[in-house]
Amino acid sequence: MVSFNLLIVVALGYVAFLFIVAFAAERRAAAGRGGWLRSPMIYTLSLSIYCTAWTFYGAVGYAARSGLEFVTIYLGPTLVMVGWWWIVRRLVRIGRAQRITSIADLISSRFGKSTVLGMIVTLIAVVAATPYIALQLQSVTLSFAVFAEAGGQPWEGSDLRNAAIWVAVGLAIFTVLFGTRNLDANERHHGIVIAIAVEAVVKLVALMAVGIFVVWGLADGPASVMAQIDASPLSEWNQNGGRWAGLIFLSAAAFLCLPRMFQVLVVENADERHLHTAGWAFPLYLMLMSLFVLPIAVVGLNLMPETANPDLFVLTLPLAQGQDGLAMLSFLGGFSSATSMVIVATIALATMVSNHIVVPLWLNSAGTAGASVSGDVRRVIVTARRLSIAGVLALGYLYYSFSGGGTALAAIGLISFSGSVQVLPAMLGGIFWRGATRFGAGLGLLTGLGVWIWTLFLPSFGAGAVIPVDVMLHGPFGLTWLRPEAMFGIGGMDPLVHGLLWSMLLNTGVFFLASVLTFPTPLERLQGAQFVNVFAHSASARAWTRSGAGAEDLLIMSQRILGATQAQAIFQQVAEAQGKDGFLPDVTPDFIDQLERELAGSVGAATAHAMIGQLTEGASVSVEDLIAVADEAAQILEYSNRLEAKSAEQDRTARALQAANDKLTALSVQKDAFLSQISHELRTPMTSIRSFSEILRDTDMEARDKARYAGIIHDEALRLTRLLDDLLDLAVLENGQVTLRSQTGELSDLLDRAVSSAGAHGLSIKVRRKPTREAIPLHTDLDRLAQVFINLITNAAKYCDADAPELRIEVRQNAGIATVDFIDNGSGIATEDQDVIFEKFSRLTDEARAGGAGLGLAICREIMERLGGNIAYVPGQGGAAFRVTVPTAQIQVAA
Amino acid sequence: MKPPTQRAVFLARTTYRQRRLRDALRMLPILGVVLWLTPLLWGADETGSSRTGSAFVFVFTVWVLLIVLSAIFARFLSPDEQAEGES
Repeated sequence: MVSFNLLIVVALGYVAFLFIVAFAAERRAAAGRGGWLRSPMIYTLSLSIYCTAWTFYGAVGYAARSGLEFVTIYLGPTLVMVGWWWIVRRLVRIGRAQRITSIADLISSRFGKSTVLGMIVTLIAVVAATPYIALQLQSVTLSFAVFAEAGGQPWEGSDLRNAAIWVAVGLAIFTVLFGTRNLDANERHHGIVIAIAVEAVVKLVALMAVGIFVVWGLADGPASVMAQIDASPLSEWNQNGGRWAGLIFLSAAAFLCLPRMFQVLVVENADERHLHTAGWAFPLYLMLMSLFVLPIAVVGLNLMPETANPDLFVLTLPLAQGQDGLAMLSFLGGFSSATSMVIVATIALATMVSNHIVVPLWLNSAGTAGASVSGDVRRVIVTARRLSIAGVLALGYLYYSFSGGGTALAAIGLISFSGSVQVLPAMLGGIFWRGATRFGAGLGLLTGLGVWIWTLFLPSFGAGAVIPVDVMLHGPFGLTWLRPEAMFGIGGMDPLVHGLLWSMLLNTGVFFLASVLTFPTPLERLQGAQFVNVFAHSASARAWTRSGAGAEDLLIMSQRILGATQAQAIFQQVAEAQGKDGFLPDVTPDFIDQLERELAGSVGAATAHAMIGQLTEGASVSVEDLIAVADEAAQILEYSNRLEAKSAEQDRTARALQAANDKLTALSVQKDAFLSQISHELRTPMTSIRSFSEILRDTDMEARDKARYAGIIHDEALRLTRLLDDLLDLAVLENGQVTLRSQTGELSDLLDRAVSSAGAHGLSIKVRRKPTREAIPLHTDLDRLAQVFINLITNAAKYCDADAPELRIEVRQNAGIATVDFIDNGSGIATEDQDVIFEKFSRLTDEARAGGAGLGLAICREIMERLGGNIAYVPGQGGAAFRVTVPTAQIQVAA
Repeated sequence: MKPPTQRAVFLARTTYRQRRLRDALRMLPILGVVLWLTPLLWGADETGSSRTGSAFVFVFTVWVLLIVLSAIFARFLSPDEQAEGES
């Protein structure tokens, strides 16, 4: 039998060994030779504080009571770590970018560096963690008691409590020594991390050693164990589905939300790439830890007397078999599990308590205007942290002695878990949803906390302990829908699943609703954007834009928090970067931002922001600044869009200018051509008039000749007049000065008129019409339209080169528009000429035959435009084809 | 007659592979949830053999599978996260 005194010696020796390892690690790190301290394996092992004494002892007890259900507690974290790409990676990135010191700091920082939110989360964490720490103290003292009993000196209740006090004090000393060495939470606690890693190995080895002993020593290998499982009362598979799924969710959520897990997972993370390894190595660790739990439980149930506490099978089974060495190892494993968890949990809680409760209160009461002694804030924080460590452990001890340590270990653990996970909605909402506001987070947290206390925490003390039995059965004040185990009248559920379901549902619901209904402050939106888009923003947006602070004031304040050496080092470094000598850099927004981040690493975001805010006279971010800086990406996008639009617009303008220039050039050419044309057109008749009138004047001639010459002069004068008339007409039309006299008439009448008028000129062309289709009412300037028609008919008569000239006039009516096609059977107009026929003075054939000035079609086009219609050449009709479109009389159609 | 094989049609082949690898990584926890919830669907015992025993084996087999897959993915995931962000 192992003597109790030997056990004490071994335990103390183990603790001394841990101290030495921690000191050595600190010294190596301080000497800059601690590279391996930041390896991914050390990181993975430090995560193992998830496996507490509850795992080490409690899991076997859990398995002995409920079979395989215990495994859900390890499946959740496995899912989280296997899926590290989803959440953990984001948390780690945010933690590093924002210098997050704890989960309370994360929530506070995300929601506008709110002090109140930090306090709420700290409160939840402390309330939820206290039973868990009590649980660890209980398990260590129980394991001592086991050895005392085996040594023949059964412990009384007072012995247990004394042992618990000694364990608590020992843990407090260790944690204070190694946990408060550096103020900056982001600086790794090398000593502690390495001690935890050693303990992680010890507990894994111990549990596996016991497991191997049980499977191959007590049973005959795996097959025999499976047979024992089949034969045991646990073999019946009637797993409650709600509990199975609920516990997987609960453990996954707790893995993210427990303050101690956040501490090792995010705060102590040295390198994001460690997640690559931890993503598979930590699930492997969990799997190995759980592998032998069920076999140990089943074999224990078979071998141990019925009165034995299954929570201690890991210890009592080897002891009962006389394996003292194995029992000792197992004891060390359980001791390691308990101590490592308590150390990290107290550090995490102490950081939260000091940063989010003590310092804000101290700043408020003492004021910062008083004597600003270098390092005074730092001393306050360190003292607060040490006292918090002692306080948290004292709370755990008090809970332990108050609850009497009677409840089954696992039940307390799960209730503690479900308290911690109340932070989950605010946390996930904060890192994935920009719309989450601090009101939403605060109200959600308080709702969840309230429901959790009512449905799980208070009933956990036992029926009638805190909540009277009557209230448990009938609800407070007879409000049955508020019964702690059947909220809203939905009873019959497993109490834990019931409490978890309602607390999470109401928590999330209130969080969402309040977030949607409230409006965030500018700083909140800024932080929200930075948290949610943490992978997009390489550099953080600035929260300080103007500074009313002097560099000296900032230095004094920084010295108070960081201590003189560190503060001066930072200032000197920045000054050097700015190209200045000495300790006082220019106070730029960037510098203030960097300084706030440094301070936040020590005192948390909310306090750091508040302290800098006092010096900079609250010149923090405003809505305008926010608009200017927060959505930089959107702005750049908008800017580039605007540039693009502008450049497109410039392109358009350039093209328009180019076209205008081309047109002007063409017009200038046209004008020149027009002038030369017109002078030519005028000169020809003038020449003949002048020469014939000279003949008349200078020569005596017969009356017949005289009459002939006078006739020529008359003809030429007529031609001149006609030309001038046409020119005048065109000018009037082109300038838009023409007045139209609208009349009503029929298209057929108009065509009759045009054909007969053209015929009157002695032109012979056969005109073919379809009078039935021409009965279209028109309301337009009929005279002008007739002019166009006459022009087209005479043109056809003049230019049609067929042997038997023929003109078809085809009329169609379509949607308020009448089309009149004039198609002759000549050779038509060559393609290259089709463009110019409507231009002035464009004559395709020789002048003599035409007898006109080439203004006809130009006039026609102008007229049609004035009438709201159109005239165009239609190619490919077997001859020259002109199409006149003219709007029909709308009034008559409507009537 | 075959046309000449067109190599490197898609130039960012490695980054494409990396993104799909991340997709696979994202799917792992979902796979785990689905598999680990299936024992709940197992009906009442009709053969008389131990269902807890089978569930025990099943749960741990899935566990090993997830660990192995996660390790494989981590092995091929490039440490530099240049192609950070969206797929």
